[in-house]
Amino acid sequence: MQTVKILYFASLRELIGVAETSFDLTSETDAASLWQLLNPTINLPESSLVAINQSYASMDSMISAGDEVAFFPPVTGG
Amino acid sequence: MARLIKIQTDALAPWQEIVDFQKENFEGHADFGATATFVGTMRDLNEGDEVLEMTLEHYPAMTSKQLEAIVDKACAKWPVIHTLLIHRVGEIRPADPIVLVAVWSAHRAAAFDASRFLMEALKHQAPFWKKEGLASGGSRWVDKNTAGKAD
Repeated sequence: MQTVKILYFASLRELIGVAETSFDLTSETDAASLWQLLNPTINLPESSLVAINQSYASMDSMISAGDEVAFFPPVTGG
Repeated sequence: MARLIKIQTDALAPWQEIVDFQKENFEGHADFGATATFVGTMRDLNEGDEVLEMTLEHYPAMTSKQLEAIVDKACAKWPVIHTLLIHRVGEIRPADPIVLVAVWSAHRAAAFDASRFLMEALKHQAPFWKKEGLASGGSRWVDKNTAGKAD
C-alpha cells in the first residue's frame, strides 16, 4: 500500500473544496510536490503549514506510504 | 500530579472547571502555594469590525498530540504540580470563554511562568482556526494571532 491520506483545514479546506482525500504514491515526493500533484491549478498559499502524522513538518519533508499529511493556514487558537 | 486536557463543543465555565478539577484530584492537599489561571474570552470587536459569532475548527488528532506535548514541556521546565487546559471548539459567541489554562505549583514563579508558556505555546502550535461572522455580513478567517509577548 502506497496510499497517503491528505487533510485540509480551515481556509485551505475551503480553497480546495474538500476536507480529506487520498493519493497513491508512485515516486519520492515531498509535501510541496504532493500539493502540486493533487492541486495542479491552485498555488499553495505562502503562509501555509504542513503536518505529517500530526507533527509539524516542512514543505520539503518527504512523504512516505501510510502517512497522514495535513495542509493548513497559520493557527489562530486560544 | 493531576493533568487534564479537554477540547469541548459545550459551553466552558472556567471557574467551575477549576473548582471541580481541584475537588476531584487534590482536595485538601497543601503542597501547592500558588495557582495561576488564564481565561481567554471572545470579544465582539476584531480589527475594527463588530463580530457576531465565531466558529472554531481544529484538527482533533493533532490538537491532542500538540497539547499533550506542550504540557509535557511545561512540566519538564518548571516544578508544576497540577495542570488544567480546556479549549472550546465549534460555535462561539462574544463573551463566551474560549480557553482556560490553570497551573498549580509550590511557588508563584513556576505557576506564572508555566501558565504563560502554555498559553503562548498553545497559540502558536495547537491547530485551531477561527472564522468570524461579522455584523456587516459575511465571514472571514482570522489570519494570525496577536503578538503575545510584551518584550
